Amino acid sequence: MTRRIGLHLLLICLAAAAILPFLWLICAAFKTPADLLNSTLLPWHHLDRLTLNNFRLLGDRPFGRWLVNSIFLASAHTVLVVTLGSLGGFALAKYQFAGKGPITVIMLATLLMPPQVLLPGSYELMYRLHWLDSYLAIILPGAVSVFGIFLFRQAMLGVPDELLHCGRLDGCSELRLWWDIALPVVRPMIGAYTLLSFLTEWNSFLWPQIVLQTESKYTLPIGLNGLTGLPEYQHNYGIVMAATLMSIVPVIVLFFALQRDFISGLSSGAVKG
Amino acid sequence: MNRDRWWKFQSRAAPYLFVSPFLVIFCVFLLYPLARSLNLSFHKTFGPRHAVYTGWSNYRFLLGHDVLFGLAVMNTAFYTVAFVAIEIPLSLGLAVLLNSRGVRLRNLFRFSFFSSYLVGQVFVGVIFFQLFSPDGLVNQFISTILGHRIVIPWLSSPAMAMPSILIASLWLATGYGMVYFLAALQAVDPELYEAAQIDGAGGWDKFFHVTLPNIRPMLLYMVLIGTIGGFQLFELPFVLLQGAGPDGRGMTIVTYLFIMGFGAGDLGYASAIGWMLVAILLIVSLARFRFFSREIGA
Repeated sequence: MTRRIGLHLLLICLAAAAILPFLWLICAAFKTPADLLNSTLLPWHHLDRLTLNNFRLLGDRPFGRWLVNSIFLASAHTVLVVTLGSLGGFALAKYQFAGKGPITVIMLATLLMPPQVLLPGSYELMYRLHWLDSYLAIILPGAVSVFGIFLFRQAMLGVPDELLHCGRLDGCSELRLWWDIALPVVRPMIGAYTLLSFLTEWNSFLWPQIVLQTESKYTLPIGLNGLTGLPEYQHNYGIVMAATLMSIVPVIVLFFALQRDFISGLSSGAVKG
Repeated sequence: MNRDRWWKFQSRAAPYLFVSPFLVIFCVFLLYPLARSLNLSFHKTFGPRHAVYTGWSNYRFLLGHDVLFGLAVMNTAFYTVAFVAIEIPLSLGLAVLLNSRGVRLRNLFRFSFFSSYLVGQVFVGVIFFQLFSPDGLVNQFISTILGHRIVIPWLSSPAMAMPSILIASLWLATGYGMVYFLAALQAVDPELYEAAQIDGAGGWDKFFHVTLPNIRPMLLYMVLIGTIGGFQLFELPFVLLQGAGPDGRGMTIVTYLFIMGFGAGDLGYASAIGWMLVAILLIVSLARFRFFSREIGA
């Protein structure tokens, strides 16, 4: 019994340490500049001094634009990568066609490459296409994921051939087979992959930082990195923390909505792999 | 008849139509830039417009003369080894604790540990930039424990730059590793523990002789993704230290690639750095592969 209580106490301490930076962030976002200096977490004796002012001051920066840009880019990325990956993965898993072998090998080989090696070549290509400072430079290269197509291929190998055959006899086109049979079978994986794709693009920094030049086109990570370095926010950092809080909340909400799929999808894939 | 021919056509063409959007984008925006990067690495360039062929000189300079590249490789390798050596025992330890019998609210604990993984590296950098400031939460905490005020220059002293990066990235990644280990632990056959119990094994015996051998594939997988991720480290130190850090102690290989390619404008040199990274990761994978196959042979 004492052992169980000790175990739980230990877990509570560890969990508190793990979420302490979150708690500190939430507190900092609502504090006045003076209280940022004087109180560690909250000014307990003067809770009435907590303020929404930091969020209001965000209006002075194009923060709203960055938020909208991030939502747009992450959504576009997710929709494209799931659609193209599941179509391609379906073809790789359930059809025989000319060139399938070489395509598979080349794609697998690129999986071994660190993506950063592409940056100079991609930059040059975008320069030639006149796509620098344009969202096309972010959306199109991001529309395919080799990891994603193999994830779908792997999952769709499990779609029973008899089911597809019955569908054909009933007069379904091949596209209907993809939509009505293959996608529903791999639904749990789609949930996990959707979240992962959204998260990746939401947090993506290096390529957008290289491509985007106009401040109003920035995404949240780029905008926030810029704010962090500004001397005016060195001590008066409540505004930066308010912005950070608002950047983290959407993905946490999304995670809660999809969490069952995510943890099971993540770990089932891991154990099989 | 016409409808029949259409039907045959759509079933024959389907796989090509399905895979071609992916394939076209893959070739134009992945394969082509990859080939261009290889070609550029043999050039000296001034922005995207002017390039002069220089043969192997970029690579010769990188390997023979470039002190900053040496520093970047040392930093990155040190970070990777330290990160893997600390993260894996921590994640595994947490997973074992959470997997003990009779733990209540397991999902809540799991989410508390995992949640930091949802925060991207850039946002972690922004948060820890303040936590590590001279009067930040970390220094306040240490001062409280010691009983007197102490100011550790986490982000401005060369010696503390790497420990700061490690602490922030461990906060980010430990819970993520724990989720994987927890899944592996839950997949271990409980009968093995019962058998060990009957043979009189204690807690530590069970851990070393039942748990560890059974989660070995997961252990190796975590070492591999930890190593690959470690060598590609960029965002966290770049934001946390607002650049390469004091005396370049926060400079990683990718930071150096970014600075040379997009600060100094030499895309050719940046490409060469990128291909050195490819070579390093290839060596790491081969080394791991040899180690792994010897294990299977034994």
